[in-house]
Amino acid sequence: MMKKQHLVMIGNGMAGVRTLEELIKLAPDLYDITVFGAEPHPNYNRILLSPVLAGEQTLDEIVLNDWSWYTEHGITLHAGYTVTDVNRAGRTVHAVNAAGEKISAPYDRLLMATGSNPFILPVPGHDLPGVLAYRDIADTQAMIDAAGKYRNAVVIGGGLLGLEAANGLMKRGMNVTVVHVAPTLMERQLDNTAGHMLQQSLEERGMRFLIGAQTQELVAGPDGRVTAVKFKDGSEAPAELVVMAVGIRPNTALAEKMRLHVNRGIVVSDTMQTVTDGRIYAVGECAAHRGIAYGLVAPLFEQGKVVANHLAEFGIGRYQGSLTSTKLKVTGIDLFSAGDFQGGEDTEEIVLSDPFGGVYKKLVIKGDKLVGACLYGDTVDGSWYFKLLREGRSVADIRERLMFGESNIGDTGHEGHNKAAAMADSDEVCGCNGVTKGTICKAIKDKGLFTLEEVRKHTKASASCGSCTGLVEQLLMFTAGGDYSASPRTKAMCGCTEHGHQAVRDAIRDNHLLTVQDVMRSLNWQTPDGCPSCRPALNYYLISTWPKEAQDDPQSRFINERSHANIQKDGTYSVVPRMWGGETNASELRRIADVVDKYAIPTVKVTGGQRIDLLGVKKEDLVGVWQDLGMPSGHAYAKALRTVKTCVGSEWCRMGTQDSTQMGKDLERALWRMYAPHKVKLAVSGCPRNCAESGIKDVGVIGVDSGWEIYVGGNGGIKTEVAHFLVKLKTAAEVLEYSGAFLQLYREEGWYLERTVHYIGRVGLDYVKKRILDDAEGRRALWERLQFALDGEPDPWFQFEQARVDVRQFQPVATAQAAQAGVLVTGK
Amino acid sequence: MQDWMAVCRVDEIPQLGSRRVAREQGLDVALFRTSQDEVFALLDRCPHRGGVLSQGIVFGRHVACPLHNWAIGLADGRAREPDDGCTPRFDVKVEQGVVYLDAAQLASHATEFTRPTAGPCTRLAADAAGSGCAGTA
Repeated sequence: MMKKQHLVMIGNGMAGVRTLEELIKLAPDLYDITVFGAEPHPNYNRILLSPVLAGEQTLDEIVLNDWSWYTEHGITLHAGYTVTDVNRAGRTVHAVNAAGEKISAPYDRLLMATGSNPFILPVPGHDLPGVLAYRDIADTQAMIDAAGKYRNAVVIGGGLLGLEAANGLMKRGMNVTVVHVAPTLMERQLDNTAGHMLQQSLEERGMRFLIGAQTQELVAGPDGRVTAVKFKDGSEAPAELVVMAVGIRPNTALAEKMRLHVNRGIVVSDTMQTVTDGRIYAVGECAAHRGIAYGLVAPLFEQGKVVANHLAEFGIGRYQGSLTSTKLKVTGIDLFSAGDFQGGEDTEEIVLSDPFGGVYKKLVIKGDKLVGACLYGDTVDGSWYFKLLREGRSVADIRERLMFGESNIGDTGHEGHNKAAAMADSDEVCGCNGVTKGTICKAIKDKGLFTLEEVRKHTKASASCGSCTGLVEQLLMFTAGGDYSASPRTKAMCGCTEHGHQAVRDAIRDNHLLTVQDVMRSLNWQTPDGCPSCRPALNYYLISTWPKEAQDDPQSRFINERSHANIQKDGTYSVVPRMWGGETNASELRRIADVVDKYAIPTVKVTGGQRIDLLGVKKEDLVGVWQDLGMPSGHAYAKALRTVKTCVGSEWCRMGTQDSTQMGKDLERALWRMYAPHKVKLAVSGCPRNCAESGIKDVGVIGVDSGWEIYVGGNGGIKTEVAHFLVKLKTAAEVLEYSGAFLQLYREEGWYLERTVHYIGRVGLDYVKKRILDDAEGRRALWERLQFALDGEPDPWFQFEQARVDVRQFQPVATAQAAQAGVLVTGK
Repeated sequence: MQDWMAVCRVDEIPQLGSRRVAREQGLDVALFRTSQDEVFALLDRCPHRGGVLSQGIVFGRHVACPLHNWAIGLADGRAREPDDGCTPRFDVKVEQGVVYLDAAQLASHATEFTRPTAGPCTRLAADAAGSGCAGTA
């Protein structure tokens, strides 16, 4: 066994300890870890000091890693020891505690996580008793104690921290005055309007403000304690407690003493190593990455991951900076801002202002992109705006709807709630998984969850359809505090890789990769076989990029696509035969009826896509059912073309203008067996009355007297989305070509499990128009590639070998007879 | 002394796949084969909602239940954290490419478990119980 290296961490705060947690996950035995923490506490959630101050939580509740955590992981914690000196040549850390006891520790690698210090205004009296900063447990405790004894408090600084402190003190019964030198509150996070609204709402709660007042001196009383704040204009405000919340500075004193390069923080590279000394890392608020010292949790945790990765000698994670957003933790006040919310000469603003309703929203747009957002009173769409901002995608095509948010239409499953704070603990937040607000909040508190991903993992809330994501984020905000969404610029496909979907698709195309193993090898997959989320994606990317070349891997498909039927909760399957365009006949119906009788199928149901669903078929019976039905696979189980729904059209209907049934059949025959990133549904209506509901389909066709209108990107599911008009065409042949070309574009560029609505949302409708409408040659090429891919594709219900259907799966491999031990009849 | 029964050859189980062994009493036993050709045996039932594990995707030494994607450890039958639950495991032995299960276990181990019910019987059971859902073991 190799001798363990010594890792010493200076600082015992959230970013540092999170880094250690990540490191222990990756390499539990690589280091002997020693931690020096100046505070006599284990790691706690600093963001939650405000709820503690406000009496909404207790100190015990905000501890993230208790003493036993350090012991369990063999970490030596020197709590209460301040590091005084680091000898870089001798690689030794020296520290001292309040009693003057000195200790030292050697290191091979050193992690600086010294955080930041509050900035204290250098006015006379700043060191009087009763004058505090607001940074740690000791400050919070001192404020709580003062609130019990004294009446008047002045908070200097009307930023995020100052307002949270003022709110907490007010809740503890003090008369609180906030002194703010700028004209509006939180001027770095809010624009003037929102700042004024915030001030008004806090005033209604009893908070007082001295806006524009400049502090000159803190005046001592007869007992030596502060008694008043004196301003430059000569006025005074009584104060037995003064809280300075005018900003924080990265704590770099030690780093400077160590002669590390410091410029607005300890300067680090993308691997979070200090530029001065490769053995030394810095993480958290003390670190300056590309000139920015971050103060919010999500970016710091991202940094922590990178440091852990590097320390574990595990891949080459890089931190590339984060965009951040802001929320205020004052119960009952919702505000959110991100990006360039002030706007400027070259930007445009979309504003919604309802002062009476207490709602204000401003979106800042530059060119065709969203660059900033400031929301007051209704922040449920904050995360959506933040996502648009981060992705930097064009919003030209959704501009007119942008203000109304993502959840304005058809957002189902949580009773229309959009304010988590107003919900009762017993209210259901996640309708898919039956998770209540109480359950989520409890999990966040008990398990110390911080990010949306963690909440999804532990509670399943918002893990299925995702429509309650905004609510869950609000709950995280109020329960865990701070920012909730990790904000890497590209999201990794899954935990097996650092690559995003696009990078993987590109690599498969550029390097002509043909098997799942090739992809994993060439992209340095971190798990031997991938996982249930990446393997099906990789398999789809391979067969869609290299049709007729890449071989399908059934073991990388979800069971439904392996057994070509839909698994049900009791382990039986449902079978949906294909009926072209939703049309059937007596002979098919007779065969269906006979099959139902023969195999004692318990439920027969008509589906929304105009098919007949046979539910409760035993796996052993599947092959027999298919054979007896004698109808093609309906692919109702696959990420593939499902159905083309039609109305009766001009053949029968007195209103019909076009033969929609025939058009639907033609489309279905041209497109069936088409695997796609997700399921694909089409509809053809014979007139604008639209009885086939073409407006909520991936491709919807509507016949009009003079031809056909094509709509794309509709969705009738979780979020009802109305399809966008793409083009009007004259002939049926054109309908096939344009629809096919659009679907091939989606097949080639869509990310796995991305519906057409999300694909268009990502690339923009203008892009789709450019590829399908403006580029005739490109369109024809797409249509040809789709036809090439589908040509000769097998029907998996009949052509087992070509479709690589493992027929052995349908029967048990053996049947154990219990009668006599040692005898076994195998079922071949 | 264990009484081993030959049930199949290793190569009858697809790599990163599974097969099931039917029993006279109790639910099937699922056999899993990893990419490293290790073979494991679990009761073919997810501890969460009774899903058929043999129909899941095998990765590493885990299988993902096809119903709600719980990851179940093949060696110990335990659900991966933060999920909590355990499915009964069966002894398994591979010799010269043949997979053996313990005869006594096949006959009597974990025979009390049942599959959740579905279909019209669910509705009847729910009506009878006067509740919105039918309970499972």
